[in-house]
Amino acid sequence: MQAASESKHVSILNTNEPDKEETKTIYAVDNFNLWYGDNQALYDVKMDIPMNKVTAIIGPSGCGKSTFIKALNRLVELVPSVKMSGSIKYDDKDIFSPKYKVEDLRTNVGMVFQNPNPFPKSIYENVIYGPKTHGIKKKKVLDEIAEKSLKGAALWDEVKDRLHENAFGLSGGQQQRLCIARCLAIEPDVILMDEPTSALDPISTTKIEELVQNLKKDYSIAIVTHNMQQAARISDKTAFFLNGEVIEYSNTDKLFSNPDDKRTEDYITGRFG
Amino acid sequence: MNLVDKQVVQNKMNKRIISNRIMRQLFFLASVFGIVVLAVLLYRIFSEGLPYLDLSFLTSFASRFPEEAGIKAAIAGSIWLMAVTAPISLILGVGTAIYLEEYAQENKFTRFIRMNISNLAGVPSVVFGLLGLTVFVRLMEMGRSVIAGGLTMSLLILPIIVVSSQEAIRSIPKNQYEASFAMGATKWQTIRRVVLPAAIPGILTGGILALSRAIGETAPLLMIGALSFIAYLPENIWSGFTVLPIQIFNWTGRPQEEFHLVASAGIIVLLVILLLMNSVAILIRNKFSKRY
Repeated sequence: MQAASESKHVSILNTNEPDKEETKTIYAVDNFNLWYGDNQALYDVKMDIPMNKVTAIIGPSGCGKSTFIKALNRLVELVPSVKMSGSIKYDDKDIFSPKYKVEDLRTNVGMVFQNPNPFPKSIYENVIYGPKTHGIKKKKVLDEIAEKSLKGAALWDEVKDRLHENAFGLSGGQQQRLCIARCLAIEPDVILMDEPTSALDPISTTKIEELVQNLKKDYSIAIVTHNMQQAARISDKTAFFLNGEVIEYSNTDKLFSNPDDKRTEDYITGRFG
Repeated sequence: MNLVDKQVVQNKMNKRIISNRIMRQLFFLASVFGIVVLAVLLYRIFSEGLPYLDLSFLTSFASRFPEEAGIKAAIAGSIWLMAVTAPISLILGVGTAIYLEEYAQENKFTRFIRMNISNLAGVPSVVFGLLGLTVFVRLMEMGRSVIAGGLTMSLLILPIIVVSSQEAIRSIPKNQYEASFAMGATKWQTIRRVVLPAAIPGILTGGILALSRAIGETAPLLMIGALSFIAYLPENIWSGFTVLPIQIFNWTGRPQEEFHLVASAGIIVLLVILLLMNSVAILIRNKFSKRY
């Protein structure tokens, strides 16, 4: 868990301009291609995801943004027909190398999904699922983890009196924050979010956006979103995907105010997508 | 200038409505038919068997005299058989289902196993009896024992348990797997802590229904030569045994009229056990089924 915060493991982006602060890279993706059977979904993706920043991935439906984020924790491998080439390095280590344990990767990289997917267990059991899976058994420690994670996901005050009730009794927005708490409980370095607010109402969406802002102090966040305003509001860097290619990847301010590529401009001004 | 002739429509109207009514009645009769037959059967059995059904019927061994005949040995035999069949078939069946649904790669071998399991479910029970006789009784020299009968019955209901367990496992949403894997859980941890708890109601329901089929089966046990007249209780899995349906079959085959009434009493006992088992299955399904 600490590995990524030790600077010796972390490569440093080549930033020639002295006025920019040093940005460490947590994920380095290079020349990455992905196929579902014979259909290529990603083409030569190259992008570095910075540490302790929010990186947004935008693009129209079917552009491969969800596929890409699921490749980052190798969850895309659940699809049997998937084939990949190229490299993804997490913390300078190739995640596809045969020696690399996928369980280890997913212990450091948490994920929040499009639709809230709590387990049909109590709120408490949901939060401590990860730590228990990793072998933490002491009740006292687990209690502390549960409280800390629920507080981190801004859910503690709403559920502290009913921790042992079924998680399905929560509203959709609460369930999604529970899933974030469950993800925080494994104390990851990176949180991947796959359209976490697309199934939620505006108030819950605002809560989650605020949460993302707070979380980025301690976590590197990559968030896929349909909603360009959301990307503009919460992210530091933004990548625009189209038909499986990264069209443009730069600082969010620049991408939204002065995009280099015509297609990016067309998309963010709402001319298609 | 209307293409639809209103007069034709009016003329056809009544005919259409009447044919709808007739069909409705026909389908109603079709659905009532089975229930009526069952009701007649139940009435006959209960009116014949109830006078013979008392405590001494449940606590006596079989006898040459109808008044003294009891069903104790058969009940004990059926319970012994279930005690052997249930764990063997559930462990093998659920294990197979987990392997096929979770671990097996999609290849020719897996497809071959899948296809054969569905085929196995269609094999007549007599054939399983023959298999039990050849393999367990003769080849493995288990004799006409509880264990040989239990193993035969396990094979008989194994396909049912595998298929119902597979369905229970398959009904779990993919997002539950994703949630677990995304936190670094291994496949086995995911199976044990997410899949099985959610699938257990479906697995148990299928299992109990399969067992209630086994408790009513006669043919395979006749094939392996379960006894029809014993005046002792099975002591262990190597003992000889009889079961309820064989005892009933035996009574029905006797020439004396009274024994047919005794058989009815036996059928009542068997029916009550079957109903109890099915109620438990329904109870489990309603109580523990989870929604997502």
